[in-house]
Amino acid sequence: MAALDVAGLSFRYGRKEALKGVSFAVQPGEFCALLGPNGAGKSTLFALLTRLFVAKQGRISVMGKDLQQAPRAALAQMGVVFQQMTLDLDLSVARNLAYFGALHGLSRRESAARAQDVLERLDMAERAREKARDLNGGHRRRLEIARALMHRPRLLLLDEPTVGLDARARASITAHVHALARDDGIAVLWATHLVDEVAPDDTVLILHQGRLLETGRARDIAPEHGLAAHFMALTEDAVA
Amino acid sequence: MSQYLRALSAILTREALRFLTQRERFLAALVRPLVWLIVFAAGFRAALGLSITPPYQTYITYEVYILPGLCAMILLFNAMQSALSLVYDREMGSMRLLLTAPLPRWWLLFCKLLAGVLVSILQAYAFLGIAYLYGIRLPPMGYLWVLPALLVAGLMLGAVGLFLASTIRQLENFAGVMNFVIFPVFFLSTALYPLWRMAESSRLLRDICAWNPFSHAVELIRFALYMRLNTEALGWVALTFAVFLALALWGFDPARGIMTRKTR
Repeated sequence: MAALDVAGLSFRYGRKEALKGVSFAVQPGEFCALLGPNGAGKSTLFALLTRLFVAKQGRISVMGKDLQQAPRAALAQMGVVFQQMTLDLDLSVARNLAYFGALHGLSRRESAARAQDVLERLDMAERAREKARDLNGGHRRRLEIARALMHRPRLLLLDEPTVGLDARARASITAHVHALARDDGIAVLWATHLVDEVAPDDTVLILHQGRLLETGRARDIAPEHGLAAHFMALTEDAVA
Repeated sequence: MSQYLRALSAILTREALRFLTQRERFLAALVRPLVWLIVFAAGFRAALGLSITPPYQTYITYEVYILPGLCAMILLFNAMQSALSLVYDREMGSMRLLLTAPLPRWWLLFCKLLAGVLVSILQAYAFLGIAYLYGIRLPPMGYLWVLPALLVAGLMLGAVGLFLASTIRQLENFAGVMNFVIFPVFFLSTALYPLWRMAESSRLLRDICAWNPFSHAVELIRFALYMRLNTEALGWVALTFAVFLALALWGFDPARGIMTRKTR
């Protein structure tokens, strides 16, 4: 069973068509990079996947649960890191995690144990008492990823999670999330416009002007000229 | 504890912690009604004579008259403040986190609404405490009776704020809306003058005041402070709460509301 199954998804903002018949699937343990230039429709797709918007055309299911028919069951399987930071800066790292854990129905004890676990996995255990405001950009992002893992989701959605971070922080976060897919079998959908964040074995979806232009393994998509050149050419062609 | 109650507890705790870290907001919320009570009421005491009207059984000073209206003013400003923070949260993204929790959206919004109301009730009690020290004494049991009145009135005003938050596209537009909502709602009510006094100058204004749901919130609080239930006011407040809550839920509904037009 696919962790995420999207079929025939379309969406309009008034007359403007933002997504046109998008279909793809992400399997457990798969790291899937959603590549697209700015304005390609990535954030709209994320808003639909997280049910901030509801599509009138198409279907989304998470671990076999239809997002429209059973939204609570589907959302419970999903961890999300939005492009904009969504931490409460006045609260400590531990309290940010506890708040999210409670929203997902975790008891205090359960929440504390899981917070310890996810913080250790992301090398942040010693920062549990610090205020989120005192963390640097890279650690804030890590905290958001830790928070998204609190309820042990089977699917992790990340919308341009490395925007505004330096190269070291970007590399560290990308490596952490790849490890989550590889070691824990979590399906990852990672939206980005930065081609260098994609590893050769990752699955790549190229989205442009609301259409899915290409799908495949990164190493197979452009064996001769490399993914970056292929991506540029493909999106330039689409504009023309 | 069910997931619903855990979420409620988490949202209430979060609001309480934010409240504790924002002492300036608490003080600012108290200064406004205190200025009205100590400065404005003192100046108008001589100019505005008051007759005996229910729930009062004797002549009262103007300070005593406007006290319930100022409690309602605290609730009103807090409701708008909460709405403003909702618009801010939506623009900044933290609202998204809340709305993707695996719980019905109506429950999440209700928790948020209730948390804001409880914070404003604390402020209203702090104001009543200062008014007591200033010499405005109410029946002791009135301080207890007013709690449900403050809760119901706060929920109504909070629902209005929630509805406004669901309709406003950008944070910059909110200041304008605040001026269009807060000042007419407050001045065209029984907070500062009784209806009969308004009728002396304009029948139309009197009718507007009588229809204004905020007037009913003020009267509900006024009667409760004297251990009386104003059923008409309660009915209007409950009806307004239901209507605005339904509109707000519609506004935040991902399938039908306007979220899809503005969150991009």
